[in-house]
Amino acid sequence: MLSRRIIACLDVREGRVVKGVRFRDHVDMGDCVELAMRYRDAGADELVFYDIGASPQQRCVDVRWVERIGRVLDIPFCVAGGIRDVRQAREVLLAGADKISVNTPALERPELVDELAEAFGVQCVVVGIDSLRDADGQWRVRSNTGEPGTLRALPRRTLDWVCEVQARGAGEIVLNCMGSDGVRRGYDLEQLRAVRAACRVPLVASGGAGSAQDFVDVFVQADVDAALAASVFHTGAIGIPVLKQAVAACGIRVRHAA
Amino acid sequence: MIDVAVIDAGGANLASVCHAVERAGALPRRVRDAAALGAPDRIILPGVGAAAPAMRCLRERGLDIALGGATAPLLGICLGMQLLFEHSEEGDVECLGLLPGRVRRLRGTAGARVPHMGWNSLEDVREAPWLRGIDDGDQAYFVHGYAAAVTPDCMAACGHGSERFAAIVQRGTRHGAQFHPERSATTGARLLANFLGTGSG
Repeated sequence: MLSRRIIACLDVREGRVVKGVRFRDHVDMGDCVELAMRYRDAGADELVFYDIGASPQQRCVDVRWVERIGRVLDIPFCVAGGIRDVRQAREVLLAGADKISVNTPALERPELVDELAEAFGVQCVVVGIDSLRDADGQWRVRSNTGEPGTLRALPRRTLDWVCEVQARGAGEIVLNCMGSDGVRRGYDLEQLRAVRAACRVPLVASGGAGSAQDFVDVFVQADVDAALAASVFHTGAIGIPVLKQAVAACGIRVRHAA
Repeated sequence: MIDVAVIDAGGANLASVCHAVERAGALPRRVRDAAALGAPDRIILPGVGAAAPAMRCLRERGLDIALGGATAPLLGICLGMQLLFEHSEEGDVECLGLLPGRVRRLRGTAGARVPHMGWNSLEDVREAPWLRGIDDGDQAYFVHGYAAAVTPDCMAACGHGSERFAAIVQRGTRHGAQFHPERSATTGARLLANFLGTGSG
């Protein structure tokens, strides 16, 4: 039986993992390879590396650090940040990444998802969606969320976009619920349930993890395949071994890392 | 050092397989066509992508014939394992025919999404030298939408929803892993080291 995945997300700038609060005050957390191995040893099932400088600077991911991680890491990892075409995606995959994640570039040019799926297979193609509930009660997508001041609210409904990217060839969807992100009061179960109902491919919950119970809730109540978190892992507020024990104790299948 | 021919069939996971071979203490050598195959100690056929373009690529480069005639132990990984069979439903394509059987699309059932993506456990692991140290319940990382049936060559199975398929296969010198040993932490490293003969004990 398939295990639910616990994914740690790391923001990378020039090969260093950084931690920011609301896009500001980035604190250096260490070398990306060192942190990747630390999370691997702690039992993370998968890692996501987000090149936070790429999109704002209008460039693709720096593949040098992807290559360094690919040499040593023996669990799957996904790379995000500024990937706009097949050529850039190929460079990242050839450097050792297992999947590439696209967000704003897919909103600007949805055909990108088709092109990536055609070139590499759907299993490589992750679509990240930043979503927020509007005053009329609808969830709609946001683009350019990487830095303050550039964020754009789009007319596109989140559920429509979920359906469209699946039809185009997304092999996995990461739903980042911006309303709960960074608040640590739990995942947005209502929104995740709605997206789950529309999503046939693996769904990753993102935004809001504050306690082990939040992970239990999102697996049980929203039936997501994976739950992603960043700050609670980086600060040590939740240790992955303890988290996995707590989740397993509730009858949810997780991988026991050797 | 063990010379490992890693076949380049246009798949995107070539680099990660080469890195894993290096970690296992062997020397990966990228092989793009039949002329470059030489006489390796081991051959690995990785593969991420789709069956039809991968088979086209192998045929264009004469690798379909070269792999069929090779005497060195051969390991197909993920799509690479699927290509060892006779036929794949993915693109309705004739494959290498080095193992009997056909590859079919996973249908997916309620709560069991396709692609089958993530860590799943190995079941009914048989006794074999290259499975030394690998036990029932050990978990490996899978990412695939097609799979081979459980046949007499199946050395370990895997279940997803109500579907069951081959996770590890072997017939003589031909080996296959539906999961990614290069991304399956300790379990994957052990399988790879056993295959390459670089494992200890």
